[in-house]
Amino acid sequence: MAGTAPRISLEHLGKRFGNTLAVDDVSLEIAGGSFLALVGASGSGKSTLLKTINRLVEPDNGSILIDGTDICRALPHELRRRIGYVFQGIGLFPHMDVKENIGIGPRLSGQRLPAARIAELLELVELDATFAARMPHELSGGQRQRIGVARALAGDPHLLLMDEPFGALDPVTRAALGKRVQDLHRQLGLTTVMVTHDMAEALLLADRVLVMDAGRIVADCTPGELLAGEGGDVAQNLVAVPREQAKALAGLTP
Amino acid sequence: MSGIFDVLLTLGPKLAAHVLLAASAIALGIAIALPLAVWAGRNAGVRRFALGFASLVQTIPALALLALFFPILLSLRAVFGEGLPTLGFLPALLALTLYALLPILRNAVTARENMAADVIEAADGVGMTGWQRLRLVEAPLAAPYVMAGIRTAAVWTIGAATLSTTIGQPGLGDPIFAGLQTQNWALVLAGCIAAAALALLADTLLGLVERGFAERRKWLVWGGLGIALLGIAASAWALRPQDRQGDTIVIGAKSFSEQYILARLIGSRLEAAGYRVEYRDGLGSAVVHEAVTTGAIDISIDYTGTLWTNQLKREDNPGREEIYRTLVEWERETSGTFVLGRLGFENAYALAMRQDRANGLGIRTMEDLARASPRLTIGGDVEFFRRPEWFAVRDAYGLKFARQRNFTTTFMYDALTGGEADVISAYTSDGRIAADRLVVLEDTRGAFPSYDALVLIAPDTAKDARLIAVLEPLVGAIDVKAMRDANFAVDRLENKQTPAQAAAELAERIGR
Repeated sequence: MAGTAPRISLEHLGKRFGNTLAVDDVSLEIAGGSFLALVGASGSGKSTLLKTINRLVEPDNGSILIDGTDICRALPHELRRRIGYVFQGIGLFPHMDVKENIGIGPRLSGQRLPAARIAELLELVELDATFAARMPHELSGGQRQRIGVARALAGDPHLLLMDEPFGALDPVTRAALGKRVQDLHRQLGLTTVMVTHDMAEALLLADRVLVMDAGRIVADCTPGELLAGEGGDVAQNLVAVPREQAKALAGLTP
Repeated sequence: MSGIFDVLLTLGPKLAAHVLLAASAIALGIAIALPLAVWAGRNAGVRRFALGFASLVQTIPALALLALFFPILLSLRAVFGEGLPTLGFLPALLALTLYALLPILRNAVTARENMAADVIEAADGVGMTGWQRLRLVEAPLAAPYVMAGIRTAAVWTIGAATLSTTIGQPGLGDPIFAGLQTQNWALVLAGCIAAAALALLADTLLGLVERGFAERRKWLVWGGLGIALLGIAASAWALRPQDRQGDTIVIGAKSFSEQYILARLIGSRLEAAGYRVEYRDGLGSAVVHEAVTTGAIDISIDYTGTLWTNQLKREDNPGREEIYRTLVEWERETSGTFVLGRLGFENAYALAMRQDRANGLGIRTMEDLARASPRLTIGGDVEFFRRPEWFAVRDAYGLKFARQRNFTTTFMYDALTGGEADVISAYTSDGRIAADRLVVLEDTRGAFPSYDALVLIAPDTAKDARLIAVLEPLVGAIDVKAMRDANFAVDRLENKQTPAQAAAELAERIGR
């Protein structure tokens, strides 16, 4: 199954919002099956870069190829139905119950998900089948984002885009759901691109970490290389935060 | 109070017409506002323009908006042909539809603007097309707010629809206008109560629909809509076209007692001769002449002086007979409208004062009045101070009052007896002149033109020789005393007669 995970090429991508250069001539190859983390401070352009891949943002210059095909050759809504998208705001439809929310993507192409498939998707995000009939407002934040992940996976995508997916969750839920997504990435053979401002999360979940600053990629390393001190100042400043915390915690251990 | 109840029982057809008009206007308003709101949600320029236009419409008083559609439709006849109705249902529908737009449009646009950005991002993110996003997400989430807008529109429209009486569309405004004019408070209250009850009922039903949308309970939505549609269907059934024997003769009346009475005097003669008769009461003064010359109504009663200044735009005064002859000729030449003849009395403008006040100030003629005018307040009906007659009289005598105030015709006399005005613009055939023992000031310089009451018959209707023969005996039959008494029987506060009763008594008195 890993063979179906798509390879993505970004070529000289640029995007400007007014006077701000959000993405500045970025070129990048993402191998099929990789779990890539985009890390950087707020305003570094990482979310904008991510959203150009499913055309929620249209770049001013450059092009994006998925398995060698320019994404502009498909209509935006057709492209998006093939790509899983999870974001911090979750965006469950408040007037639909859980099973309708999960099944919305296939429904758009005229396909109705059977109850067994809904149950299977709920199981993937570690929720039992009784959740199917609940309404979004009856769920906790963590449960909602689990549904958000299940919705993103409902159309059997091979590419998963996540924009700060766990940013609004409590630390326990955040760690558990992050681990779960990492397992799903392997189990389903996905190419995953995740935007986060939390370097620890990137180091723990991804197999490749890109650091962005002012619209440019300033470091491109594996977690091991970053922890070994590579990647330059901006990257190392970000790595320093969890490292100092880990040291401090170790000092507290009796 | 039992009087109000009796009136309420007779309001069925008016209620049905009111329901149909308001429902049509709201439906048309929804049909225009919702697509416009969707467009506005995707284009900021459209949003500004649409909301700006709808707000502008709201600033026009409903009465004026209704009246404006008469000349608009009249000019559109150049495009759509002579069959385009200029009075009644169509102009009322158009004006009320414009009125209904704003609340629906504004609520729909606001609902879309305040929709959670996350939900919209998710809709795009899962791959919805623009249409799917509208149908599956935006419409269901905006529905409760849109429904609240429709509720507001419904209440406004039902209220404003009472004003459509003035452009000849029957409704619950008919008893209100007729009652206000004749000081028949049972009629006024019954009309108000019926309109208010209808508005409350519509508000309640649409409120159920709104709650159904908000709480996602389908049976509430269908229940509320179902009952409302049932009411509309029942109204349409009640007003279904009946089998008619021959054409119905429509008699128009301006909004004062004399017109109501004369319309019924004419109507009852025609009914006795086998005609079907309908009344369009409370028409605006400007509307009624256009209506009869274009055949929107068949018969109207007008006054020589009114036509002389308003239609012929003349300011000179060649004398009573000359004015009449010129008018008859002018009507025949310009539109083919037939002037049946003069009824025999004048309803002229005059200035009147309370007897004690006039004696106290030593005023008997208009010239006396001119001397005292800088210390006095004059009251006039709503149009008086803009009429050429007023300018003519003012300039002829050099009148210069301390204050001038507008009253509706009914309240003008109360203002005079109550001392809120020293002089009023009275009508010579008004029964209250005698009843209130008012002094009509002598027009020594003949500045007021003559106002002989005459009957106008629409061009096509005038070809009916039998109809002309039925009405001919009324020519010259009504003297001013008889008319004053009939007017007073309707206008007085105690032992009031309806216009139909007064007309019957008048018919007996003139014995023709």
